[in-house]
Amino acid sequence: MDFSFTEEQTLLRNSVARFVADNYTFEARREIVKSAEGWRPDYWKQFAELGLLAAPFAEEHGGLGGGPIETMVILEEFGRGLVVEPYLPTVVIGGAFLRHAGSAAQKEELLPQIVEGSLVTSFAFAEPQARFDLFDVRTSAKKSGGGYTLNGHKSVAIAAPMAGKLIVTARTAGGQRDAKGIGVFLVDATAKGVTLESYPTVDGLRAADVRLDNVAVGADALLGEAENGLPLVERVVDEAIAALSAEAMGVHRKMLELTLDYTKTRQQFGQPISKFQALQHRMADMFVHVEESVSMAYMVALKLDAPEAERKAAAAAAKAQLGRAGRFIGQNAIQLHGGMGMTEEMAVGHYFKRATMMNILFGDTDHHTRRFAELTQGAAA
Amino acid sequence: MDLSFSKEDEAFRAEVRAFLEAECPSDLRGARIYDVGREGTLRWTQILYKKGWVAPSWPKEYGGTGWSPTQKYIWDEETARIGTPALNGFGLNMVGPVIYTFGTDEQKKRYLPGILSGANWWCQGYSEPGAGSDLAGVRTRAVREGDHYIVNGQKTWTTLAQYADMIFCLVRTDPNVKKQEGISFLLIDMKTPGIAVRPIITLDGGHEVNDVFLENVKVPVENRIGEENKGWTYAKFLLGHERSNIAGVARSKKSLEKLKSIARSEMAGGRPLIESPDFKRKVAELEIDLLALEFTDLRALSEAAKGKPPGPETSPLKIRGTEIQQRLTELTMEAVGYYANPFIKGGPGRNEPEIGPDYAIHSAPTYFNTRKTSIYGGTNEIQRNIIAKMVLGL
Ligand SMILES: Cc1cc2nc3c(=O)[nH]c(=O)nc-3n(C[C@H](O)[C@H](O)[C@H](O)COP(=O)(O)OP(=O)(O)OC[C@H]3O[C@@H](n4cnc5c(N)ncnc54)[C@H](O)[C@@H]3O)c2cc1C
Repeated sequence: MDFSFTEEQTLLRNSVARFVADNYTFEARREIVKSAEGWRPDYWKQFAELGLLAAPFAEEHGGLGGGPIETMVILEEFGRGLVVEPYLPTVVIGGAFLRHAGSAAQKEELLPQIVEGSLVTSFAFAEPQARFDLFDVRTSAKKSGGGYTLNGHKSVAIAAPMAGKLIVTARTAGGQRDAKGIGVFLVDATAKGVTLESYPTVDGLRAADVRLDNVAVGADALLGEAENGLPLVERVVDEAIAALSAEAMGVHRKMLELTLDYTKTRQQFGQPISKFQALQHRMADMFVHVEESVSMAYMVALKLDAPEAERKAAAAAAKAQLGRAGRFIGQNAIQLHGGMGMTEEMAVGHYFKRATMMNILFGDTDHHTRRFAELTQGAAA
Repeated sequence: MDLSFSKEDEAFRAEVRAFLEAECPSDLRGARIYDVGREGTLRWTQILYKKGWVAPSWPKEYGGTGWSPTQKYIWDEETARIGTPALNGFGLNMVGPVIYTFGTDEQKKRYLPGILSGANWWCQGYSEPGAGSDLAGVRTRAVREGDHYIVNGQKTWTTLAQYADMIFCLVRTDPNVKKQEGISFLLIDMKTPGIAVRPIITLDGGHEVNDVFLENVKVPVENRIGEENKGWTYAKFLLGHERSNIAGVARSKKSLEKLKSIARSEMAGGRPLIESPDFKRKVAELEIDLLALEFTDLRALSEAAKGKPPGPETSPLKIRGTEIQQRLTELTMEAVGYYANPFIKGGPGRNEPEIGPDYAIHSAPTYFNTRKTSIYGGTNEIQRNIIAKMVLGL
């Protein structure tokens, strides 16, 4: 057993950390978030040059052959900087769909585009009635001619406004909540019949509700099996949860650091407020939560290739903990900053907002606690 | 001990409800103070003022209603039920009581009518960059020059100062004594030269607080409340009033109803969310907390009815009241799932095309914003210090 990083992984971390320190100051990030585009395509090109967009891909596709630990290292540093560029939707999620289920032609066409930074993808899976159930899919894909016709409404697809391709789950057979009968489709964001209602999110990202109105795609748009896409979707989402856990580790650590720094300098009653034991205990509890976040990020990254049931339970546990820890650390970080914690001008609030929204993405603490129980105790009667 | 409402109380409730149904403008119902703005607040204040119901907690001689505690309780319930907009509490619940308790006849004549009618918007100039929890550490300096004070310093977190005509300030008049003993309480016209207001944007994107800078601001001595250097006494009196209104039981009950109705519309596991055992339990726990708060509040009310001034016993109300408000906004955000995430500017109904259900809009910003309630009005840590020292004698 060994939890240390290799020299290459440390070099990778240093290079991401340096990029964030140089280009992602709090002020710079605010400008990016406020800008019309909501991201920096030129930073994206730099990610390509740094090899970050190539990290998890095989060498034959221009990749660097990295694994979950490399992704973890990158996302932790992105979390510390609250980086908004669409790494998770593109490299982690889009990349995983292609790696696990892409045809040779799909991989050859699209992976190099991701690696060189010319393609952003967005995963359009959520639906208004589905809450967090990945299998609850109303969007339909009907066979027509040689391909499919898609119809439906996908909610809150992160990064859809800047995406070239949408990855859409759609029902090819069965009823709305059947596990069988789900297909995964690559859809051009500009295809006829695709409408995006774009908006910023409360945590500084861009997203869109996607409406599909008789969108025609070819048979080659299908990723994996037409009627049994759910295991693929679950696997990719578990990988996304692992990446999100890494980002959360960065966000949670940063909120504790900011709070320690602030309480050590803020004076009230003639002393730094960090001297009040009530606050010391609170920060000690924050630290305990941070340690758990780190442990869970490692745990889930190391179990992504475990047998399916174990992998699923690992992801559910990590996601449930991420939500609880983010809540405790975030709420107390704000509280201990007093009025300053409430302002847009202080970084801590932006980390708190991101931590809060990370709880929702791919299912909140309740959802994953329930899922964990079902996986480890057998489904409830 | 008795819980029931008398026939008179029930008649009173019917009268209040009929009045509110008829008179509260529909565009103001359920709206946040930032949405209705000064204009909307004033509109509603005027309606209540004309009816004579604007200040239920004031003594009758100063324009209050003379209602019994039970009637005030009914009033709170009914206004929450309709969702009447908030009034300018800094005037009606804070400086008003200070003025009618400690002010001169001249001050009462001059300021109380404008507070009641809404003509004058008041804001609270207590906190400073260096004086938050340690409020007695205020450094804004007031130096006496003839029949004026010259005031220099900075106030911060001043809620809705951008609307204000008047600010009541704690200022330092004697820097050479124990800090509580060198403070005075001044009423300052916001139009006086030397006052500048700078917005502070909060993490939810709203503009509700401000910095207020005071540079050589000339304030007539007659604008001082009570005695020079006795301001801390009046300040503490006011904080007692602020805290006694802070439990917010009726409004929380209303939010709880709203939460339940949202949970009936949202789907989880193919069934309404309200049927999910996890969510059900959370809502029930919250409702039990609220019931405990309500009866703690009623016990305090019944003490107050015997003429006991609000004291440190109000701290539990502040702590639990605000925790419950925060939990309500949190569960509301949780209930709406992914639609908490879009940041939609403007109020419900104003988003075209529609992104998610109306009730989801603002759910996350409201949760973020409500973190303030455990910070303002004396942080919840300070309330615990008060309980430990003043109630438990530790
Ligand atoms: C939205 C909002 C509106 C406000 N409106 C007004 C207004 O209109 N007028 C006005 O005058 N003020 C207003 N305030 C200010 C408010 O009263 C102060 O924020 C509050 O008193 C806390 O002070 P602070 O922000 O300086 O925090 P600090 O006092 O610096 O506290 C920071 C942290 O340290 C803790 N702490 C401090 N001392 C102790 C101790 N002895 N023991 C344990 N913990 C301690 C606090 O609980 C807090 O968690 C407002 C604040 C907010 C957020």
